Amino acid sequence: MLHINDLHAEIDGKPILKGLTLSVNAGEIHAIMGPNGAGKSTLAYVLGGRLGYEVTGGSVTLNGADLLDMDPHERAAAGMFLGFQYPVEIPGVSNVQFLREALNAQRGARGETPLSGGEFLKLAREKAALLRMDMEMLKRNVNVGFSGGEKKRAEMVQMGILDPSFAVLDETDSGLDIDALRVVGDGINTIMRAPHKAVLLITHYQRLLDYVRPDFVHVLAAGRIVTSGGPELAQRLESEGYEAVA
Amino acid sequence: MATLPTTRDESWRYADGAVLANLDPDVLDQWDDFTVDPGETARRVIVAGGAGPELIRVRVSVGDGATAELFGVVAGEAYARLEVVVSLGKGAHFQFGGVTIGGGNAVREIVTRMDHALPDATSDQVIRAVHWGTATGNFLGRIDVARHAQKTDAAQDFKGLILERGAATNARPELEIYADDVKCAHGASIGQLDEGARFYMAARGLPPELARKLLVQAFIGDAFAALEDEDEQARLMDVALAALGDRS
Repeated sequence: MLHINDLHAEIDGKPILKGLTLSVNAGEIHAIMGPNGAGKSTLAYVLGGRLGYEVTGGSVTLNGADLLDMDPHERAAAGMFLGFQYPVEIPGVSNVQFLREALNAQRGARGETPLSGGEFLKLAREKAALLRMDMEMLKRNVNVGFSGGEKKRAEMVQMGILDPSFAVLDETDSGLDIDALRVVGDGINTIMRAPHKAVLLITHYQRLLDYVRPDFVHVLAAGRIVTSGGPELAQRLESEGYEAVA
Repeated sequence: MATLPTTRDESWRYADGAVLANLDPDVLDQWDDFTVDPGETARRVIVAGGAGPELIRVRVSVGDGATAELFGVVAGEAYARLEVVVSLGKGAHFQFGGVTIGGGNAVREIVTRMDHALPDATSDQVIRAVHWGTATGNFLGRIDVARHAQKTDAAQDFKGLILERGAATNARPELEIYADDVKCAHGASIGQLDEGARFYMAARGLPPELARKLLVQAFIGDAFAALEDEDEQARLMDVALAALGDRS
């Protein structure tokens, strides 16, 4: 699935990732935890291909293809989904139009036929129901006027509709109350827990991992993976802190 | 016969001087009269989308208590100017939505003048400019409120979107207000496409051209928001977005 080897990246000439190596296989959910400033969001943006996040060394492949050689929209068409820590508001563009155009652009890039308006709405309704999101919300402009929790829930609806094979979820749990956390956790399990799919869950706290049980937990500090283990590592981090464990 | 304007004339200062020098002076005398009788409501839709220079001048006369609506897209390939002069009766309303859009090296402009000479009239203008290449989009909007035109409510909102370095927009709101009990809101801002939104859209699989099209559509949609006829709205949007599609 995803193989990151000795990845180095910088922002404005400042090195952030300093030799990060990580393999995520199909059927696995990996959690990356780490203190503020460790490079967690930088890793997400580098995998997404954001402008300004410059890769200075190493390699990343997704299903054997060179991910770093693809433009951001090509990465999406290749099966990658990046869940944003701060989903962007797009005034004047409805969720329905945005997601239908996005899905059909991806399908077109993969040589699949586009979904009709009716087919798309049926799919959208199904995924919105899964995340317990009112369909009326999807008719509104992308993330405009959504609360922090609604934005995260909308991200998961988007993920359900776009149906990626690999998801990088950057602090998807931030801004969620306990009930929303459960809904989002269930959504991740339902959408992404499959033998041909994988998830890289970037999180600051252990609490999401109560709902989405990771197969592997990694600690990212100063731009590198410093410790890896099973779910019990997250528990230890929560009780002992990053400094003691990493 | 009219004298040819030059860019030394205030209301032509951002125009294309070379084109002005070659204008047929007769066109300056050609005004399209749009008159709405008292109490009536009427709409006019204008598209400047030709290959050669265009000068479209509309003289709007809105009767007492009447409503006139004018929507226009200036999307031609050469210098084009939509000029709208409006005189408002007592309690009249004028609604305007205008878009200049295009690339190349052309100047496209919308020039409006609201003449609030009588009380209780309202006017609302929404103008959007989207340009690339080395094109220029201008909006010159003048609002005159006479001493007796109390309770005038005149709004003017301009936003420019520059898609590439090299393109430009000029905005010149001009308000002359002699009445004391009036509302005149005006705003002008110029920016570029939001990088965060573009990355977000790309991360969902939208290629850059499609993301740009959606963002431009949302941006200029404001200018047509008051147009209730959805088919007309869609037609104007198509004209504007077609210009974006031809982008070289």
